[in-house]
Amino acid sequence: MSGKPRLTYLNGRGRMESIRWLLAAAGVEFEEVFLQTKEQYDKLIKDGLLLFQQVPLVEIDGMKMVQTRAILSYIAGKYNLYGKDLKERALIDMYVEGISDLMQMILMFPFSPPDAKEKNLDSIKEKATNRYFPVFEKVLKQHGQDFLVGNKFSWADVQLIEAILAVEEKIPAVLSGFPQLQAFKTKMSNMPTIKKFLQPGSPRKPPPDDHYVETVMKVFKR
Amino acid sequence: MAGKPKLHYTKGRGKMESIRWLLAAAGVEFEEEFIETKEDLEKLRSDGVLLFQQVPMVEIDGMRMVQTRAILCYIAAKYNLYGKDLKERAWIDMYVEGTTDLMGMIMYFPFQPADTKEKNLALIIERATTRYFPVYEKALKDHGQDYLVGNKLSWADIHLLEAILMAEECKPDILSAFPLLQAFKGRISNIPTIKKFLQPGSQRKPPTDEKFVAVVKKIFNI
Repeated sequence: MSGKPRLTYLNGRGRMESIRWLLAAAGVEFEEVFLQTKEQYDKLIKDGLLLFQQVPLVEIDGMKMVQTRAILSYIAGKYNLYGKDLKERALIDMYVEGISDLMQMILMFPFSPPDAKEKNLDSIKEKATNRYFPVFEKVLKQHGQDFLVGNKFSWADVQLIEAILAVEEKIPAVLSGFPQLQAFKTKMSNMPTIKKFLQPGSPRKPPPDDHYVETVMKVFKR
Repeated sequence: MAGKPKLHYTKGRGKMESIRWLLAAAGVEFEEEFIETKEDLEKLRSDGVLLFQQVPMVEIDGMRMVQTRAILCYIAAKYNLYGKDLKERAWIDMYVEGTTDLMGMIMYFPFQPADTKEKNLALIIERATTRYFPVYEKALKDHGQDYLVGNKLSWADIHLLEAILMAEECKPDILSAFPLLQAFKGRISNIPTIKKFLQPGSQRKPPTDEKFVAVVKKIFNI
């Protein structure tokens, strides 16, 4: 037992990617087990390792944690990325939840039927540029600090940089109206732990492709 | 300005109901302002009081909090319903995410097309009885205590009772195979603050009927 957290998921982004980002940003090394077949997944369930029969699963500090948000909250709390008090935590939670809603659209996108893809892409662009990015642009402008909450690096910053890069993959010029976010993106990308995660060979997973979609359908088929 | 928390939402359960439950269980009195028309929602948006243009919104402790989970986490922590340390919080989070998934299915049920209702109801019942309730039944059985986490009332217990009652509205005998959950239901329902919330005349909202579905669709343009 190495003591490092162990992540069990598919060999792709999905719901585990935010967890990889947060651990990496916190400078925490982790191991990964990749699900490639339905049999592997069924075995995990049969062995009683998945509380609600679902992944992500993260084995950490003697717990077999499931539920993405629970896992992220635990990591954020443990590695001091959750603000200094209840009110800072409230802000971090609000920001993270908003960004999660945007990330959810991106998560589901590869699984949309071909005739809905264009509409869904437009929806992602619209929500990013009209609902979510303006909020964070304004927050950064108003306090003039480098980080979203409490003048200190937090889970909210990690979630935001992840989201910015994910949206940019689909809509390259999406930050064109957001100078603060452009500066934020540069600053966050240059933080040592994040810079390392953004380099080839890191545990960061590539954007979902057709093969990933096929694997998802295969492993989780009921 | 101490003031009571003020809740902004429609006059129905939706995503605000878990917040009403938690405040009530914590013995916190709150006010409500109901969105009854599309114009009411538009006004909140144009007044700039909804961070991501969405409700629920709860005015509490000088903040205009949005995002259901952020609001619930804040209330839970403030009123000591979030465990005594990081690990208890992790368990509470995991349990709450499970009941959130179950209640989410029940919440969306009235909004689904008529020809899918029978199938969706069957899925709700299947998930409740094979994925979710067994977990909580086992948790109670394994430690033999009255509450899910840390031998103390927490957000997880309140959320589970809410989920049980909602599931029973779908199928009255849904707890028939879960004796410990039946006992749990009786115990938690008798906690004075919760007992009061379960009585007629409280701020608890009724199940969503077809008429209310039409109102909601109109307000949110869906």
